[in-house]
Amino acid sequence: MLNYVIRRVLYAIPILIGVNLITFALFFVVNTPDDMARIHLGAKHVTPEAIERWKVEHGYDRPLLFNQEAEGTGKLTETLFVNKSLALFALDFGLADDGRDIAREIGTRMWPSLAIALPTFLVGLAVYISFALTLVFFRATYLDLTGVVLSVVLMSISGLFYIIGGQYLLGKLWHLVPVSGYAPGWGMFKFLILPIAVGVVSGLGDSSRFYRTLFLEEIHKDYVRTARAKGLSERVVLFRHVLGNAMIPILTGAVVVIPRLFLGSLIVESFFGIPGLGSYTIEAIQAQDFAIVRSMVFLGSVLYIVGLLLTDLSYTLVDPRVRLE
Amino acid sequence: MTLSFRPEILWSDALLFLLLAALAVFAWQVGRHEHLREPWRRVGRSRMGMGAAVLLAAYALVGILDSLHFRPALPAEPGQPVHYAAEVHSVLDTLVGPLRTQVEETYSAPLALHLYAKETMELPDGRQVRDFPRLKFGGAHLAGVEARAGDIAGHIGMGLLAGGVASALALGLALVFVGLGAGPQGPSGSPGHLGITGAWSALSRSSSLAGLRAGLIVLCLLLLLAAAVIQLAPHYHILGTDKVGQDVFYLSLKSVRTGLLIGTLTTLIMLPLALFLGVAAGYYGGRADDAIQYLYTTLNSIPGVLLIASAVLVAQVYIETHPELFDTAAARSDLRLVFLCLILGMTSWTGLARLLRGETLKLREMDYIQAARAFGISHLRILGRHILPNVAHLVLIAVVIDFSGLVLAEAVLSYVGVGVDPVTASWGNMINGARLELAREPIVWWQLAAAFVFMFALVLPANLFADSVREAFDPRAGGQA
Amino acid sequence: MAMNGGLSVRGLRVAIHHEGGDRAMRPVDGVDFEVAPGECVVLLGESGCGKSLTALALMRLLPDGLELAGGQARLGDTDLFALPEQDMRRVRGGRLAMIFQEPMLSLNPVLTVGQQIGEALEAHRHPTAEQAAAETSRLLQAVGLEDRHGTSYPFQLSGGQRQRALIATMLAGEPELLIADEPTTALDVTVQAQILRLLKQLRSERGMGLLLITHDLDVARDMADRVVVMYAGQVVEVASREALYARPFHPYTRKLFSVLPSAHQRHERLEHIPGSVPPLGTVFTGCRFAERCALAWERCHAEAPDSQTLDDGHVARCHLVSAPRPENAAGAGYPPETGRKTAEAEQVAAELLEVTDLAVHFPIRKGLLRRTVGQVKAVDGVSLSLKRGETLALVGESGCGKTTLAKAVLRLIEPTSGSVRLEGTTLDRLDGNALRVARASMQIVFQDPFASLNPRMRVGEILEEGLRSLRPELHRGHRADVVAGLLEKVGLGRDAALRYPHAFSGGQRQRIAIARALAVEPRLLICDEPTSALDVSVQAQILSLLQDLQAGQGLGYLFITHNLPVVGYLAHRVAVMYRGRIVEEGVAQDLMGRPLHPYTNLLLDSAPGRGLPEVAAAPAGRPEAGVGCSFAARCPMAVAECAQAAPDTSTLAGGRRVACHRVVPE
Repeated sequence: MLNYVIRRVLYAIPILIGVNLITFALFFVVNTPDDMARIHLGAKHVTPEAIERWKVEHGYDRPLLFNQEAEGTGKLTETLFVNKSLALFALDFGLADDGRDIAREIGTRMWPSLAIALPTFLVGLAVYISFALTLVFFRATYLDLTGVVLSVVLMSISGLFYIIGGQYLLGKLWHLVPVSGYAPGWGMFKFLILPIAVGVVSGLGDSSRFYRTLFLEEIHKDYVRTARAKGLSERVVLFRHVLGNAMIPILTGAVVVIPRLFLGSLIVESFFGIPGLGSYTIEAIQAQDFAIVRSMVFLGSVLYIVGLLLTDLSYTLVDPRVRLE
Repeated sequence: MTLSFRPEILWSDALLFLLLAALAVFAWQVGRHEHLREPWRRVGRSRMGMGAAVLLAAYALVGILDSLHFRPALPAEPGQPVHYAAEVHSVLDTLVGPLRTQVEETYSAPLALHLYAKETMELPDGRQVRDFPRLKFGGAHLAGVEARAGDIAGHIGMGLLAGGVASALALGLALVFVGLGAGPQGPSGSPGHLGITGAWSALSRSSSLAGLRAGLIVLCLLLLLAAAVIQLAPHYHILGTDKVGQDVFYLSLKSVRTGLLIGTLTTLIMLPLALFLGVAAGYYGGRADDAIQYLYTTLNSIPGVLLIASAVLVAQVYIETHPELFDTAAARSDLRLVFLCLILGMTSWTGLARLLRGETLKLREMDYIQAARAFGISHLRILGRHILPNVAHLVLIAVVIDFSGLVLAEAVLSYVGVGVDPVTASWGNMINGARLELAREPIVWWQLAAAFVFMFALVLPANLFADSVREAFDPRAGGQA
Repeated sequence: MAMNGGLSVRGLRVAIHHEGGDRAMRPVDGVDFEVAPGECVVLLGESGCGKSLTALALMRLLPDGLELAGGQARLGDTDLFALPEQDMRRVRGGRLAMIFQEPMLSLNPVLTVGQQIGEALEAHRHPTAEQAAAETSRLLQAVGLEDRHGTSYPFQLSGGQRQRALIATMLAGEPELLIADEPTTALDVTVQAQILRLLKQLRSERGMGLLLITHDLDVARDMADRVVVMYAGQVVEVASREALYARPFHPYTRKLFSVLPSAHQRHERLEHIPGSVPPLGTVFTGCRFAERCALAWERCHAEAPDSQTLDDGHVARCHLVSAPRPENAAGAGYPPETGRKTAEAEQVAAELLEVTDLAVHFPIRKGLLRRTVGQVKAVDGVSLSLKRGETLALVGESGCGKTTLAKAVLRLIEPTSGSVRLEGTTLDRLDGNALRVARASMQIVFQDPFASLNPRMRVGEILEEGLRSLRPELHRGHRADVVAGLLEKVGLGRDAALRYPHAFSGGQRQRIAIARALAVEPRLLICDEPTSALDVSVQAQILSLLQDLQAGQGLGYLFITHNLPVVGYLAHRVAVMYRGRIVEEGVAQDLMGRPLHPYTNLLLDSAPGRGLPEVAAAPAGRPEAGVGCSFAARCPMAVAECAQAAPDTSTLAGGRRVACHRVVPE
């Protein structure tokens, strides 16, 4: 078991190195720091001096991979690759283009993100599973058919529509909740209701349909017939046997996204004016702040890999076949 | 002789034609093989599937017409070589004619006669008033607002009449088709056996023609709608105008191509990667499998939007710092579109590759593959004759399912600022532009509504079509006994 | 508790529910039978004749899309089909219980055996926690499991243990009648014998009725008080076991007996029933068996017979009960091919295949760095030889390495060590083209006719594939001729080449697979359980075909099977394999008549149809990678020596080879 965890952790290292190389290639090789400087300085007629000055200010005034001028090991370490890319492994994200410390921003902005993402995730899971289970209980009736058609229709609507529609209906027309905004502390609740509701509704079609398929697959298995042959009621068959088995792929599939909840949702946070990591990222993209984007890519990968690890561990917890082998 | 126009093939056009050619080859292959035809026949019998297919075909038609680009010739001086306009037009632009050129000042509501903003106007007697001015084009032939309702009703009536005639024609063609026994499983073997009444009763009742029937109904409705719109659109802005006064209906039509391209070109790019890597990993196993798994786990580990955003940002910087590479604005925004498809393709192959790897792992152990190996058949031949045909249905299902997701993703990416070029007509750009006006009182809703409705009318049939394809091809649905 | 009055079924019909129903499909169409209290009735028939659906209909557990379309079933004085669902639930598992074919799939994988038994107890007897624990333990004991198995998950148990656990859950409600649907078909013979003995014992201990569904005449003979024979959704014959086995009446039943291969028929051609069980949706006008019946005359095709009772208590659905076959009827009874089969190739023939010390080991990796810590010795030093025109049967339980051995001989799996010589050529070092040439001499026919043909290729393309690769000198026209010839040789028309595999039945597909192998004119054909997925009537057809081919072309067969009657009928020599080794090898009649190795003995005693003698064998333990004899843990004759050293193979008189410490060469 411990061996297993260690092996998984070791397996994560080459993946993170790969991610690091990809971002390095994208942000430093395809486009050089000179290009970055030109974009930020704006006009096409920037002088070479201005570019140099920008690079010095932002710490990009070093060679990419090999520093001719440095001494000894400095030839390899005093480079952009080591200082800007490999530094990410130490969670040293450096400064954003506006001079702020990225790590500190992440530290404060992850909480609003979590405040939205975690309830959305949990409420969503509960709603989707109950909805799918209801459809399965009434399988092959008109209720089931209606539910499936409804799911397809919901799936076919753009997520942006749910946000804009929700804001218009609940916020502007009915004045039930504020259209957007955020307040720390207890005051946050009135701001959270709408984004969470929108988040849950926009995933309803896709997820319930998927879960319904999982349940239906399970319900046609032999052991379910055995359970019925024992004289168990349909309720027990559905909840104890079908749900019990289908929950394994559902839970383990859900676990992988949990760490990523920290990153928040780009679109939701931006529309609702939540000062979380999602809106931080989207602002960085719009301002073409590569230092932030790079940090978020790396952080996202780390969290994904943590998610994979948690998935493997959760399998060993919920599935006796994996736990005891 | 010189032409009065010069065809212009943009990158995306070329790729689209390549895709169409591939589709044609695929259709030809399907036609030749009984076992490939059978599931398509099942799609043909499904009501949902055929109804959706007709709508999709209508979208495809608009998209293809909008992909035939050309540059019109400028009035030439005698003896001089012909010069062509810098602006690139499409056949669709020519067909919709006035929609493109009738540009108002700013916003106007659907079917309105007046602008949506007050302006200071000078009356003929010299006085100045602030009021909603009349539109330059929308309903300009009318004397006043009172005449509008009657005029619109008249146009719609004319349109419905024309649409009715067209529908009747379509129905007649279908009757002939069924009457000649060419329909799917025509009830009689010999051609021309059914009279017109026989064909009618077959068409209206036979369960094997349910798909055709549903398709026809959708087609007739579509024809009626289209004819009414054709009647009305030259005289009014049927979906209003946007901030710079462009016709929203025209923009929505132009966005069709963007949506379709994102949904299909991405597939074209992703497919070879997913097929090659997924099947290779599953079939060869060992180190090849390790390497490919590493590759897709790594790519997967980067949050999708961020990876796309990073790549698009980089491409954007590249385009901005190399302006000399593009001779027209159209080529520039087109290349950005192609880039976007490329990036989406590079990031979205992992799911399908993983699926194909798993399936190939299973197939590799199948007895018929073992038998082929016992004949000493080369790996490449086994892959080509045994593995690929047996994973093809998975690929097809994945492609049709991905399509709708990609169309929806375009809107989100454009909102984030890493979508298509801001000057390219797209539903994402329309939503993005309209969003800023949401705070206005009264609200400017038509641009948003148009984008959402057009998108929905593409994605819903795409999803329904995907469902009927999946049902027809899924072996568990009793396809191959 | 209701009166224990047995089960009575009248006119049971099951219909396929489908929209726009042009014609009603009835997989079960008017079935009548009784099960007296404490009686064992066997429902016998080939696949697709409606046995399982009959049982599921009684449980009211028909799968989606199928519905009860009429009839009556009474359990005691309860009308099963009239009960509200609420009450039916109390009957299910309470008075009427059912076990299924696939023990692997029939238990919930994430609940322990104890939990699954407890659930059934809870549903029917509402015990306290202590009572439940005690009762669970009692049930486990009753089926021959131990208390510790109660806390095990199904995946931790062997197939036989799972079937026992399933039986325990079904006994929890103390049912009056237990329905067992092919309960041992997925199990090895030795385990099958144990489970059947268990069912017999439980029945007599508890006075419980047993409705056993099987396709196996020998299982029926061991178990039944009465036998109900089904064909195409109807009961065609009902008789006591003694009467049925002494004098089967219905032509279908008679044919079922005659197509069974056995050692007694070695020198005779097997009879076979032409065609196969009619597919669902067939519209019958006359007798449902008339198409395949050699005794059928005009009346059989025109008029459906009723069930009628004969003097000796037989009930049969056949016109022959009331009237003799008219002498002038067309079709002269059974075809006259029941004569001697073609003479066996007894002459001294050339060596075809020689396998020496062949081993296939798979590494077991463990730990942080996935180091190889051990090996699974799937094939562990096997030596075999086979002459031209000879059939060597390779016998053993599942997982003993038979299929791995076959694949290693073909080089579909790289052997770890050892050598394979084919017609004097050593194949071990061959590569590329040379290996391809060698491969033309040996081909394989697989077990599952549905997995062995690529569904996306026409039959003609499938047959041509080998030709293209191994006989590239043939040009297109010639290839087509060869394909047509092959199809005719295996008894399919030449127009089969244009169709896809899904258009063919299991038996026909197996013929195609044989034709594919023959296309490259091999001298050695490896048959990996080629008939075990087929119905007995079709099995006879395939066995006859294989024999004709051998007689005609002098093919050598390496015939892998677990079916001992087939071995007795077909094989010249037999090799018995256990855990990767050959434990005994010899001439077929000699070995089967006088087994020397205790494992061979166990296999032969476990074969059904011998009245299930009590075999003193310890249950199969976990394999120990120890030094001793691998069979020692199960061996009733084991002595201390057996645990210390693996026995060598000694050769006895008559070419018999045995690997056992207790067998000493004279």
